[in-house]
Amino acid sequence: MTRTGSGSATPVRAPRDIAAPGTGGVGDSPLRPDGTLKVKGEFAYSSDLWIDGMLWGATLRSPHPRAKIVSIDVSAALAHPGVSAVLTHEDVPGRKHFGLDHTWDQPVLAAGEVRHQGEPIALVAADHPETARRAMEKIRIEYEVLEPLTDARRAAFDPAYPQVQPRGNLARHQPVRVGDVEAAKARAEVVVSGEYRVGIQDQAFLGPESGLAVPAEDGGVDLYVATQWMHNDLKQIAPCLGLPEEKIRMTLSGVGGAFGGREDLSMQIHAAMLALHTGRPVKIVYNRYESFFGHVHRHPAEMRYEYGATKDGRILYADVEILLDGGAYTSATMNVVGNAASLGVGPYVIPNIKIDAYGVYTNNPPCGAMRGFGAVQACFAYESMMDKLAEACGLDPVTVRQVNAASQGSELATGQVIWAPLPMAEMLRQARELPMPPPLDASDIRNLPGGASQTTHGEGVRRGVGYGVGLKNICFSEGYDDYSTARVRLEVIGGEAVALVHTAAAEVGQGLVTLEAQIARTELGVERVVIHPADNQVGDAGSSSASRQSYMTGGAVMTACQAVREGVFALAAARLDRPLDTLGDLSLVGGKVVSESAGVLAAIEDVLGDAVIEETREYHHEPTTGMDPVTGRGDSHTQLALCVHRAVVDVDVELGLVKVVELAAVQDVGKILNRLSLEGQIHGGTAQGLGLAVMEEIVVSDGKVRNPSFTDYLIPTILDMPPMRLEILENADPRAPYGLRGAGEPPTLSSTPAIVAAIRDATGLALTRVPVRPEHITGSS
Amino acid sequence: MDFLRPTTWAEALAAKADRPEAVPIQGGTDVMVELNFDLHRPAALLDLNQVAELAEWTSEEDGRLRVGAGVPYVRLIAELGNRLPGLAQAARTVGSPQIRNRGTVGGNLGAASPAGDSHPPLLAGDAVIEVESAARGVRMIPAAEFYVGVKRSALEPDELIRAFRMSPATGPQYFSKVGTRNAMVIAVCSFAIALHPAERRVGTGIGSAAPTPRRALAAEEFLAAELDWDARLDPAVLARFGELAAEAASPIDDVRGTADYRRHAIGVMARRTLTWAWNEFRSGHFERRAG
Amino acid sequence: MPERVHEITLTVNGTVRRVAVPGRRLLSDCLRHDLGLTGTHVGCEHGVCGCCTVLLDGEPVRSCLTFAVTADGHEITTVEGLADGERMSPVQRAFAECHGLQCGFCTPGFLCTVTALLRENPAPTDEEVLEGISGNLCRCTGYQNIIKAVHRAAELTAEES
Repeated sequence: MTRTGSGSATPVRAPRDIAAPGTGGVGDSPLRPDGTLKVKGEFAYSSDLWIDGMLWGATLRSPHPRAKIVSIDVSAALAHPGVSAVLTHEDVPGRKHFGLDHTWDQPVLAAGEVRHQGEPIALVAADHPETARRAMEKIRIEYEVLEPLTDARRAAFDPAYPQVQPRGNLARHQPVRVGDVEAAKARAEVVVSGEYRVGIQDQAFLGPESGLAVPAEDGGVDLYVATQWMHNDLKQIAPCLGLPEEKIRMTLSGVGGAFGGREDLSMQIHAAMLALHTGRPVKIVYNRYESFFGHVHRHPAEMRYEYGATKDGRILYADVEILLDGGAYTSATMNVVGNAASLGVGPYVIPNIKIDAYGVYTNNPPCGAMRGFGAVQACFAYESMMDKLAEACGLDPVTVRQVNAASQGSELATGQVIWAPLPMAEMLRQARELPMPPPLDASDIRNLPGGASQTTHGEGVRRGVGYGVGLKNICFSEGYDDYSTARVRLEVIGGEAVALVHTAAAEVGQGLVTLEAQIARTELGVERVVIHPADNQVGDAGSSSASRQSYMTGGAVMTACQAVREGVFALAAARLDRPLDTLGDLSLVGGKVVSESAGVLAAIEDVLGDAVIEETREYHHEPTTGMDPVTGRGDSHTQLALCVHRAVVDVDVELGLVKVVELAAVQDVGKILNRLSLEGQIHGGTAQGLGLAVMEEIVVSDGKVRNPSFTDYLIPTILDMPPMRLEILENADPRAPYGLRGAGEPPTLSSTPAIVAAIRDATGLALTRVPVRPEHITGSS
Repeated sequence: MDFLRPTTWAEALAAKADRPEAVPIQGGTDVMVELNFDLHRPAALLDLNQVAELAEWTSEEDGRLRVGAGVPYVRLIAELGNRLPGLAQAARTVGSPQIRNRGTVGGNLGAASPAGDSHPPLLAGDAVIEVESAARGVRMIPAAEFYVGVKRSALEPDELIRAFRMSPATGPQYFSKVGTRNAMVIAVCSFAIALHPAERRVGTGIGSAAPTPRRALAAEEFLAAELDWDARLDPAVLARFGELAAEAASPIDDVRGTADYRRHAIGVMARRTLTWAWNEFRSGHFERRAG
Repeated sequence: MPERVHEITLTVNGTVRRVAVPGRRLLSDCLRHDLGLTGTHVGCEHGVCGCCTVLLDGEPVRSCLTFAVTADGHEITTVEGLADGERMSPVQRAFAECHGLQCGFCTPGFLCTVTALLRENPAPTDEEVLEGISGNLCRCTGYQNIIKAVHRAAELTAEES
């Protein structure tokens, strides 16, 4: 598994093999393989790479959300001392556009027109980042500034609205039709409706976009980048650089968080262009301000819901419109619309459904993947509707959910039958019965809304409790075969059997590398496991998104290990000079080849000797189908996972300030592979849902971002995140490796509506928009 | 960019006289944000960190405290928290522990941002800002006259802030700040109150709700006229005080909050802080709460 | 126009380092680029995220809001200096053990902040922990395991002293 000879230099602190600590297999909680490096400050993040003679790249971006580019003059910038290159769209060697899902609609560098604020226009490489920035200011661009197209509703429905980009204004319209909504309307005894809005959330990973491109002697380039999906990057990078994929060697560098924000390309093609042009290594590092323009955000949504029900709370119909603003380019909008449509009413059994989900193009900030995408927006609306229905029927919020809850065997809105256990009603009961946090102690202001800022000594504070349920599709849906690949090698090193695991899967913090080691130990019965850096010298692993890596790359490592194991058994039979089929049921346990009938046959080391067994396997989930373009019908999802939250809040109703007192979660994960890691995912996902509920929003007016900084884009601090109580269930999904269910996203769905429901409970207000701002609670405009 | 590093106050004044365009920098927690984001590219920086005099505070003969512009928030809280409780409460809400280790009231004054947390308690507590130039010597500027526009102060280009002077509290003081998270947040709006029982007067300060920090003068005058210092707080007086405080604000809509909300919140905070101060005053002992 | 360069002396993790920097050089950049100590991370460059926290004469400060020149003559401890030789400090071990990190980008800042916190207050209450690390953002963990790690670090320190 050595790097194939590109002839290029290797940067200081290039990623290297890491030995996994501990001895734990599946179900244990061994420590992270990268944990020691991370606490010692030695883990090589993509921003930490260094190579002698490297240049620094900078990106000139559009200040306007919509403008014609009349002319670009780079001569003064090029003449600036210390500058090696200034590139524009004319210098893109190959295809001029990239994009997820084969849409190819996003320019590598803008040509002729810009469609969103921050769109890249030109690149500079210089000997120092400061020099690059100064030179960038000397690039003269003449714009003809146009009125930005920012009205998502008109983009969706007004044929006269000007076109944002050549694909038109509607990226996708996905209907879902079940039964007869009009007929059901006549029968409904209770009708509730609401209009809900979700603001733009940012992934706000803490390590801004960065990476290093090193030109290679073969005319190719070595890329060290922080990404979620190397092979998909490659499919876009190679055509744009005009290079065959094999001339681009990609290595995953340390990723400072992702949450969907690294699924799209950022600096990859740019750094490679500069490196190929100058013949020197080029590093690009965004600062926080640029990062807000360097990646897509969560789609803002406008949603109209109407439910009809019987008096006792049984929902008869759902009439739903979901409008998602994707900004100027497609990115993940297609899939976001698919999720919003297929999960538009969540885990509830409703006999008559009409859903129309739309994704549109505007000159607002580009939106794409973020944890729970599509499902997060819909979940806020359908859970708000459940509370509204409860109130209208005089039921409590838990009961109304239980009455309508889906379960194993019931159908989703798409007609897909839920094949695995889904004990939602029971999970709600558990959430309700968890002990409540103690009542408010107002003697210490730190317990109160506002905390040390001392906005109250207890005046105006009311407590509220709310529930939220979120159903998320795990892995890619709608017919996509998002397989993963793993290469596992077993050999004796220093007298001990060592498994080397090599995948292209991106460790973005979620702990996949820990799981890989655990799976290898369980399947191969060895203690020592080494994780090879992720790169494209092994097959595609798919994206570290959609909560899919435990399932897919976990599955790939499992099957590759099983293939290696078969090799060990064959070798054992040969060493013992007996036919394999006479050895009985074999397993690898505790470093030994064990026969069920005859006990220990040999130590793995003795069986292996000098032999090296290496196997590479692809893992595919069961095929899914697309959604019917008219009815939305289809077995579109690979797996479904559920999380229930109970939120307790204290609200200062006079000032509109909220203190979340406790968040309890009940989540079904199928199988706990690593409790410590899993809990971390639930905590983190919950915190991001809290952020969306009460503080996080990219504020946009006239297509421009008004708060591109951590001073004004607020993410939860430790004083905002309450203690959590977790109940984790293990109802296996029979289709998944070890029965596991993806766990990272479901809590991000359910915590937001739970918190908002609790604020409603405390205030009696309707609260139809997230994040809830103080003025929404006080009624000030 | 030149980096000037005087080691004494006299050197600092000389440097500022010589290079009036130089931007003074103490803890750096404000100035450097602008530099890092390229919002501001000064020709020179005047680093005051080595000027030892600035990091000291003293009790003056007139009983007032003279607090050097370089005393960080963390020391203000620890060493002067009992004597300047309103200011200490405000200091506790500034940024983060790391910022409070470096940031100073002097820096807050230098930036003169309407959102600076120090300003409302300085106004409510009748602070006087001591500024100095090599050419004209010392000038004493009452806080209420110090803030002249958005991020503009009464400081002349050749002047530096030496200290602020403020009497130790003679009555209860409170600071209250609305932010949309529980730590590291810039004020959406803030309010400070200081009771001056000897003068039967109440001082106020409003933050982040007008182009400059300002006193709620009409509200102060109203209390001076209507407050019965020997009785329980009259709910009608309290309500009117809140209204007048809210009216003193002239806020705008921005990403942190709306003008309407700010006006509303100033009224609520004014009523609450007065109530707390009044209860404390009437109970006869000034106690500070945790936090 | 060539910029004036300042010769400064920093004691970084116990070692005296002399370095020539322009006045505008941030302490974070000086540590990362001039001294090769990339463990100090830069997450926002405006003093909010806390990733760049280092100890300046033992006090946690934002190295992105500190000029290298102003640290002249002072002692700096970065994440690379927390371990005692090969043995990781109790704070480092506790964060690894309690899963107090995921992507780990914020971790060096937390470790420096917590090291100073526990030096001042070896057995902090929950409230003191929360307040003490309220100036460091983490986007991955939801903070729950970080709180555990701080208490665990306090325990380890007590056991070993």
